[in-house]
Amino acid sequence: MKSKIVSSLDAAVADIPDGARIMFGGFGGAGFPNNLIQALSRKGIKDITAISNNCGTREGELGIMFKNGQVRHVVCSFPGPHANYFQERFAKGDVTCELVPQGILCERMRAAAAGIFGFFTAVGVGTEVAIGKEERVIDGKRCILESPIHADFALIKAHKADELGNLTYRLAARNFNPIMAKAAKFTIAEVDEIVPVGAIPPENVITPAIFVHRIVQAKGLRFQG
Amino acid sequence: MTEKTRLTREQIAQRAALELTDGAFVNLGWGIPNLIADYLPKNITVYFHSENGILGMGRRAKPGEEDYDLVDAMKVPVTLIPGASIFHQADAHLMSRGGHLDVAVLGGFQVSEKGDLANWKIPGSKGSGGIGGAMDIATGTKKLIVCMEHNTKEGTPKIVKQCSYPLTSLECVNTIVTDLAVIDVTPEGLVLREVAPGWTPEEVQQRTEARLILRGDVPQMKLA
Repeated sequence: MKSKIVSSLDAAVADIPDGARIMFGGFGGAGFPNNLIQALSRKGIKDITAISNNCGTREGELGIMFKNGQVRHVVCSFPGPHANYFQERFAKGDVTCELVPQGILCERMRAAAAGIFGFFTAVGVGTEVAIGKEERVIDGKRCILESPIHADFALIKAHKADELGNLTYRLAARNFNPIMAKAAKFTIAEVDEIVPVGAIPPENVITPAIFVHRIVQAKGLRFQG
Repeated sequence: MTEKTRLTREQIAQRAALELTDGAFVNLGWGIPNLIADYLPKNITVYFHSENGILGMGRRAKPGEEDYDLVDAMKVPVTLIPGASIFHQADAHLMSRGGHLDVAVLGGFQVSEKGDLANWKIPGSKGSGGIGGAMDIATGTKKLIVCMEHNTKEGTPKIVKQCSYPLTSLECVNTIVTDLAVIDVTPEGLVLREVAPGWTPEEVQQRTEARLILRGDVPQMKLA
């Protein structure tokens, strides 16, 4: 069996093409695949669609990709108070943005992961989010139709991987990572540590290896503020 | 006109804290709601929920104690209380949207007489805006309390007949705690439950666009 482990961050992202749809894990400074993001930016990728809860913390997290003009469209929930490079690009029209309620962002990715082609929810009814969406009354409640969010790649951050790609996460650094790992066609995990197969007790596996296609070990990189 | 003293943000939080019951699972939003954790009644245990995947969030981490993999929704390093659990973001929102969370307390720009909430974007503001977890939390939580100032800095009422700001969720608010009053949203309309010390129901009504229903004598807000 071909190993999923690659030895360098640059090798981990080498085959991601321009124009790809890419999910990025992380929330509140925790659980961001920052080393992979830096490698992707360094590679000079262009015109990506980013799916991410937020849009960077100054140059940190996704910020570097907006600073360098590498993102064409973003699907996000909360760009964040320090997403200045995103906001500059957005104001100039270099980047388009779809805002999605945070839990619905999760559920739309889960639908993609689960082979579900749409679902009805009361979240967003009567708000800007509902514009252009089919509305239906179900059990007396107004609901709107939401569609799945797919991606070509997910870049995620986990704590430990075994050599097969079973993953664990530390504390609230889990956030969006397990959801994105399942939703994308190809998932690349940046991890603190790679351990032998069997070293993670099966019941402690959070993301089963079936969802993980490539693993790279890197010293965690964190951006404050 | 010199205005009488209104409650401070801390006092609004203090009053809202009294709405929480022992054993409740509670989400606190940004702004005034975030202050509530400091004013919990001593004799109750509340399990704070954070939309990034924490139930049983404790106090903020002290200097030297911070673990940046354990942060709240405002990015602040926090601690856990015994019995806490960690899960992914989809389950965190499932807890609110699916009606499992007992109480959520959010900030607000406007609340309508039907309990519609606007709290994510100011009309005409620059930039993309951001929704975050507010729509999911407002839509499904069993009880939604909104904490906010009763009026804008310019004196405009924030409790209105119909929201003019971009909406967060329709008919979702149960109780409003402001620097002037405690108000319940009922099928009949907005019921004035309490007024701030020194204020009369008439004075509160003058600063409210929506009509307030009075049911007998309206007591003064108790803060502890």
